[in-house]
This record gives sequence, structure tokens and C-alpha cells, in this order.
Amino acid sequence: MADSDGRQVDGVNHATDKDVKLQEIALAKNEGKELTKEEKQRLRKEKKQHKKNKKDDKGPPEKEKEKEKASVPAPSKPATQSPAHKAAPAPVHASESAAAAEKPAKSKAELRAERRARQDSERTSKQGKKEGGQQSASSKPKATPNELQPVVKRLPEHVQVDDPAALKKLAKKLERQQVPLRSDYGYKVSLFSHLHQYSRKSPPTLQISIPATVIHPSIVRLGLQYSQGIIAGSNARSVALLHTFKQVIQDYSTPPNEELSRDLVNKLSPYISFLSQCRPLSASMGNAIKYIKKEISNIPSQCKEEEAKGKLQACIDSYINEKIILASEAISKYAIEKISDGDVILVYGCSSLVNHILCKAFEKQRKFRVIVVDSRPRLEGREALRRLVKKGIRCTYVLISALSYILPEVSKVFLGAHALLANGYVMSRVGTSQIALVAKAYNVPVLVCCETYKFCERVQTDSFVSNELDDPDDLIVTRNGKSHLENWQTVKSLGLLNLVYDVTPPDFVDLVITDLGMIPCTSVPVVLRVKNVDQ
Amino acid sequence: VDENQSFRFSQWEEDPDVASAVAAIRSLLEFLKRDQSETILGLRENMTKAIQRLEETDSSVAVSSGGELFLRFISLTSLEHPDLSQCKNVMIERGELFLKKISLSRGKVGKLCHTFIKDGAKILTHSSSRVVLKVLENAAADNKRFTVYVTESQPDSAGKLMAQKLHNLNIPVTVVLDAAVGYIMEKVDLVIVGAEGVVESGGVINKIGTYQMAVCSKAHNKPFYVVAESFKFVRLYPLNQQDVPDRFKYKADILKTVKDLNQEHPMIDYTPPSLITLLFTDLGVLTPSAVSDELIKLYL
Repeated sequence: MADSDGRQVDGVNHATDKDVKLQEIALAKNEGKELTKEEKQRLRKEKKQHKKNKKDDKGPPEKEKEKEKASVPAPSKPATQSPAHKAAPAPVHASESAAAAEKPAKSKAELRAERRARQDSERTSKQGKKEGGQQSASSKPKATPNELQPVVKRLPEHVQVDDPAALKKLAKKLERQQVPLRSDYGYKVSLFSHLHQYSRKSPPTLQISIPATVIHPSIVRLGLQYSQGIIAGSNARSVALLHTFKQVIQDYSTPPNEELSRDLVNKLSPYISFLSQCRPLSASMGNAIKYIKKEISNIPSQCKEEEAKGKLQACIDSYINEKIILASEAISKYAIEKISDGDVILVYGCSSLVNHILCKAFEKQRKFRVIVVDSRPRLEGREALRRLVKKGIRCTYVLISALSYILPEVSKVFLGAHALLANGYVMSRVGTSQIALVAKAYNVPVLVCCETYKFCERVQTDSFVSNELDDPDDLIVTRNGKSHLENWQTVKSLGLLNLVYDVTPPDFVDLVITDLGMIPCTSVPVVLRVKNVDQ
Repeated sequence: VDENQSFRFSQWEEDPDVASAVAAIRSLLEFLKRDQSETILGLRENMTKAIQRLEETDSSVAVSSGGELFLRFISLTSLEHPDLSQCKNVMIERGELFLKKISLSRGKVGKLCHTFIKDGAKILTHSSSRVVLKVLENAAADNKRFTVYVTESQPDSAGKLMAQKLHNLNIPVTVVLDAAVGYIMEKVDLVIVGAEGVVESGGVINKIGTYQMAVCSKAHNKPFYVVAESFKFVRLYPLNQQDVPDRFKYKADILKTVKDLNQEHPMIDYTPPSLITLLFTDLGVLTPSAVSDELIKLYL
């Protein structure tokens, strides 16, 4: 920072204070400390000022442009950035130099702009030496203040990874929240190029400094557990999320001159962004977060901090209890009515709810046997098999390729769901719609079990529009010491697709069992309507 | 009191024009008036026992659904009066209201449905249904010309009764064998049947042979209409024929006496919602998926 110091001495006197403060901010940012609210405000003001200056004067002199171009070094591109993103930095760079070069006629503003650009370049060069791709990504949007919006909108449901503008917005938002941006990995099949594809070997937790000061450590831990697949399954993820939020609320202390109801919600936003970088949020998690945010903003301002915290924790506990634990009891009660003696029940993968139902039915002395269908690469059926056999239930295990072979024996199919969409479609683990389709062809009734907190306002008719791409390296299998797909990245025309979810139309589903009762698949919007009226 | 009530119930049942569910509700209302219990909870218990008793006498789906709906309707008011007799009066009032509403429902259905019968239409119906009769009556009164085919509907030959009633209304009618449904389907324009119960999925439970007729009409792309009053909506969700409870399939006395039900013929079958085009109820003209909406509104 010594160089810029010297240059500032030459500059106008009355602007020194501001620059010093700017330096402090830049220093704090480099060390990864959380910016205080004043520092953030100042930063925002500076950017606004610069934007205004740029708007005031058009017609940049060529001389300045060239000077800026020379002084701004190319930001070091991290190795992990995919080729698709190389296009994005190039236009960004051009606009950056143009913006920095547009000289305002007024001398004060002109010098300030120059100084800012110089500081940006200094920071960029400094950060280029430091490790971590995150810094580089953050410097990119920093150098284009003309694209900053004062109010960052929430990223829409439809992820648009192949749209550079949307990506830039996301990067800017994450940079503002000081959350690391995770970069995509490997070649993506063109139909799914609008989705993220991450590698399990590079979780975003690698890019966070230790000890984590910006993001609460239990959130970092949760993010790691999500991205490595240690916590998997819709209910498990939601419950883990809620417990972590309880911890966060416990450790939270309201800063002075702030209201808990507003500040805590703002505190949670970067955590949620971080978690969605680790693994995209599920519908159930989305609903849980909405509920918590509503509860927090409903805290009256005169409520004392301890009392408010206690209330929030009680809210979270009651949510878990009502929507997940008691709901599964209610669903088991209804589902057991549908299981008769002598039934052969087919289940797919590992759904905590379906396993719970079968265990309860077995306890109630129903005589049935279970066929567990499994599929690669997750092989979750083995976990379900383990749980059922431990209870003493007679089980058979097949892979999904043998489905049409065993279906003539089956009397009912029980499926779990990840989410139920507003048009009656069922979103569940990939392979579920296949099972429903073949079961329909054999006239076997298909029952879907789903708690109401997984009902979601989204509408989808196919599995392409919104899905999740898992690590493509999972598909590489080693048999007899040989793994043929090991170097799949070198083959230009080869893409590995590891989809996580698929969507089943309501015509294939005969019955949905929820905690409100047994409803046909087409009645999901009615339940959503009733729920919204309740709230 | 139980014996008196079931005796009265069977008396009402013998009136051919009254639906069995209406008779059941009437007797439940009488029972309510004569009930001696001291608490609301005791009252509800007695009512539930009375409904069970009624189901033992007549095991049709409609009785069970009507009874449950009646119970719900009367207890859905604010029973905040501290005095029990006042509460009871409120309940009795609501019971009378309910009874009046459902006695009018058949007329409402008739009015809704007869516009779907066009001049020159050929209609196929199954067994004997008073609601279908009302619909055809309304259509005939509207000066529409149509012919009706009725299935015989064994084992009780109820179809012949229906044919007689239609003949009295001067409507040209032909009786066909149950086995001739596939044969006659290409001649008819639409199929109208009644229902003993409408289930949560939007399917119907009706006299045995209805499912066959629905499958045939689907194969021939003929519209399959069901006419039913709203008190027939029941909280069942059968997945297939086997899933319908035995207490509805067989007559009450058979259930009590016969040990091996496999030798008996079921009296009803279940028609899934995918085969039904529209349902005409006093709540309006509904698609099968809308039935669940209505049920959620009624029960939740």
C-alpha cells in the first residue's frame, strides 16, 4: 500500500480523509474481516458517486483510456474456472477499462476516479499474488462499478449458468456478501448447460479462511456436510439446517442501533447463499427458510434479545416437531390402512418416510414383504435395505434394470418425494418416474408419501428446466482394477451426466398420502391454497 | 331407543322414493331429539353408535357417508352456549336444515343434468337409480325426444323396475342383458349412471356392472356421466376393486351370517376417476379431480 500512499500525497488535500478510510476498507477486505455497516455504506456511496460521475460526462479522452489500460494488469485466472467462463472476463475487462477511462470534466471527481481506478488495480495485483480464486472473481465485479445495482435482487429459481449476465449478478451478490463463488467442473451436456455442475473434490469451504469470521462455523460445517453428501435426503437436510440456525441464533448478538427482527434476517442471507453454493437448496429447505424469516420479522421491536432468541428457538423446535415428526406419524397412520396382509410392496431408494411407514406397519403385525429397487451411482437402496432387514422385514433387492421382471409380483408401490409441485407433478430421486411409468403399465397402484411442508409453488412439466447435476466423476466405476472412464475429460465428445432429480406426471400417481389425509395428485394446489389461507 | 330407531328407519326405507341416506338422516335427527345425554361428548358418542347401528341394518355406502356428513354439519357450529339444551336446539335446527337441503338436492341435480341430453339422444343407464330417473323426467318435461337402454342388472333385476318407471313416463325404453353392454355401446350417444358413493379420488361406487360399462364407454369414446347428490361424498380412497371395504360390498345380513365371503357375489364395484367424464352434483358440475377439492372443503 506504500505506493498508493505516496501518490495520494500528491493529490488534493481535502480528499485525503476519504482515501484513508477507503484504504482501511480495502485492508479489511483483504484480511477477510467482516466489514462494519459504516464501511459497507461508505463503499456503496463511493461506488454510487463514481457511477454518477461516469453518467455525467461522456466522451472519454483517448489518452486516459490507454493509461488505464496499461495500469490495469490482467487478473490472474484461477485454474479451477471452466472454459465457459473465459468469455465472461474478457468483455468485463473491456468495459472496466472504458469505465475507468471516462474522464469527468470536473477536476475533483476526475482525480477521485483516477485514484479509485488505481486503487482497484493495486488491489487486483495484490490479490493476484494471494491464493484463492475467490479474490480474483471479486475483483472482476469490483472493477465494473457501472454494473452495480444498489439493491441486489434475489437470484430467480431458474438457474442460468450459460447466461453470463446472470452469472455476473450472482458473482456480484456473493462478493457483496463475502461468500466464496464455486466454479463449475467438467464438460456439461448441452441440454443441461444452464445448471451448475460442481466437483465434490473442491467444496467452497476450501476458499474460506480459518477461523471463519464472516460465516458462522456451524454453517461452514453444514455446507461441507451437504457438499460431500454426508447429510443427504430431504428431511435430514432440513432438520440439520434448522438445528444449525438454532445455533446461529444462539450465538447472535444484536449490534447497537439495530433491530433484531431486521438485522438477523440480513445476517442469514449470506449463510443461505453459502449453503446454496455448497449444494442447491431443496424445496423443503426453502419452505423452512421462508418460515424462519417470517418468524424473525414478526418479532416485536420491544422484545428483549434473550426473550426473542428463546422464542425463535421454540418456533424452530415446534416446526420440526409438527411438520416433520408428527407429520410422519400421521402419514404412517393413513398409510397403514392401505397395507393389507399378503401385500408385496415395492420401494425405491431410501426415503426416511417410507422406511418409517414400513417399520410401523410391521410393528402393527401386518404381513407383507418388501422389494427394494436400487440404482447407481448413489446406491441408496442399500441403506433402506439395512434398516428394513434390521427390523425383521422380509426383503428382496434388485437394481432398477430388473424392474419389469419383478413388477408382476408387486401389489403396491410406495414412493417418497423430494417436493410436490403446484401442478401435481412429483419431484423425486431420478428413477422414480421410471418406476411409476412401468407400474402404471402393469396396473399396479402407485402411492406417494409426502409431508405438506414439501409442497412447493413451482410449476414444472419436465425434468430439464430445473434440476441438480451431481459430480460427474461419480459415474466412473473401477472393475477388476480397470476404470475405463478415468480420462473422460480428455475425450472432447464425451459428457457424463449425473442427474439427481426427476419429475413424475400426476397420471402415474394414484394416491398421495400427506399429513392432511389421502388426496389425489391433482389436489395439491387446493392444499397449497388452504395452507396459505391458514397463514 | 336403538331398537325403536332402527325399526323407524326400516319403515322409512320402505318408502321407495326416499334415498336410504335421507331415511338414515331422518332417523338420526329423531334420535337426536330424543337423546338423554348430559354432555356434548356423550351426545356425539351416542350419535356415532347410532350411525354404526344404522350401518348394520343397511350396509350401503350412502348411509355411512350421509351419517358422517350429518354429524359434521350439526357440530360445525359454534357450540359455545353453556346450556346443553340450547346447544341441542342449535344442533336440531341445523339438522333440520341439513335434511331440507338434501331433500332438495335430487331436484337440483336433475335441473343441472338434463341440458346435457340433446334431442334425439340415445342413453344407456345401469340398474335403477332415482336420480337418473329424475334427470330423465326433467328432460322429457323439456320436450326432448330420446330413447333409453337399461341393463337388467342381476341378481336383483333392478333394471326391469327402472324400465317400468320410464315406461310410465312415456319414454321409449329397451332392456338389455348385462352381457350386452359392449354390443350396445356403439349405438348409444352417452351413458348416465347414478352412484351409491363418490370417493375421494373422484371415482364412484355403484351397482356391480358399472365398472364394465365405464371401461366399454372409454373404449368407444362415449361420455360417461355420473349423477349423485353431495351427501354421497365419502372419505374412502380405494386403489382398486380389492381395496373397497367388505362391509360395503355385501348386504348387511350376508356379512353377519356367511363365513367364507369368497363364495358370495359383491353387490357393488368401484369405477376409477380416469373413466368418468363429469359428475353432476347439487354442488355443481364437477370433474373427477374437483371432487377432492369439494371434499377437502367439506371435511377439512
